Amino acid sequence: MQIWVNGIEKSLPDALTIRQLLNLLELPPGPVAVEVNRDVVPRVRHDQHILVEGDRIEVVTLVGGG
Amino acid sequence: MGMTPDDGPLVLAGREYRSRLIVGTGKYPDFQTMHTALVESGAEIVTVALRRVDLSSRGPGSFFASLPAGMTILPNTAGCYTADDAIRTCRLAAELGLGPMVKLEVIGDTKTLFPDVAGLLEAAKVLVKEGFIVLPYTNDDPVTARRLEDAGCAAVMPLAAPIGSGLGIRNPHNIALILEQANIPVLVDAGVGTASDAAVVMELGCDGVLMNTAIAGAKEPVVMARAMRLAVEAGRLAFLAGRIPRKAYANASSPIRDLIE
Repeated sequence: MQIWVNGIEKSLPDALTIRQLLNLLELPPGPVAVEVNRDVVPRVRHDQHILVEGDRIEVVTLVGGG
Repeated sequence: MGMTPDDGPLVLAGREYRSRLIVGTGKYPDFQTMHTALVESGAEIVTVALRRVDLSSRGPGSFFASLPAGMTILPNTAGCYTADDAIRTCRLAAELGLGPMVKLEVIGDTKTLFPDVAGLLEAAKVLVKEGFIVLPYTNDDPVTARRLEDAGCAAVMPLAAPIGSGLGIRNPHNIALILEQANIPVLVDAGVGTASDAAVVMELGCDGVLMNTAIAGAKEPVVMARAMRLAVEAGRLAFLAGRIPRKAYANASSPIRDLIE
């Protein structure tokens, strides 16, 4: 399936969960929060939430700011 | 007589802070300098931003680890140009375990970074309803400040001058008008350039001041962080002490009688 992660189009296996996606991305250490199609998906649901074709995912973290 | 004025804490939504200086964490030359400057500032609240994780980087995410322990982390919505984006950002911050206190920004113009006050009010209302403690970055307009207070914001944060400009308080009269009517803390946010600017903010009677570039962009951020801590304390004490009235002509300090002839 084709999905968008942080604005980048990716071809990934069907029926991936958010948890599986995060593992595939090999993120740097640190806390992250995830949105799918503009709605936050709480961490406790990352194992159950299955991504589908065309989903737009945001993976965000903390950075320095004023 | 001669006693230190009894200065209470800064109270935000029922929580007490001894420091009246809130500092940002952006634009430091490196994380070690940031850490030392934050400690030296004496601040108990530090602002942070939320951004997409860089998927192409495998670098150590040491920003979070570089924040001094025990500080209250205040997530901002910097870079949001709509109420909707600001609301989403606050929800993401909550998911990151931050909040419920948020620094709400809805920006209306790329050149000045002045707030879009219509979007700001709209976002503030939604976020207050969702249980966030909203600290809005706003312009120095008393009417908007009153509306933000009516919307349930926990403080109001008028700018002194554009973000990162270092121009100091452009309109102290408006800040004074906002202070006169406010029943919530007034924190000046943005525009401070050097220590005297921070002192002026506090001498006006503001409850606190938020700054980032003035410290992070100084030649010696750690030294400037200390200067800002002292300036905020000095300005606060001067406010509590009550300054003398301004006069047009001299008024001798030494006795004018019994001069030698």
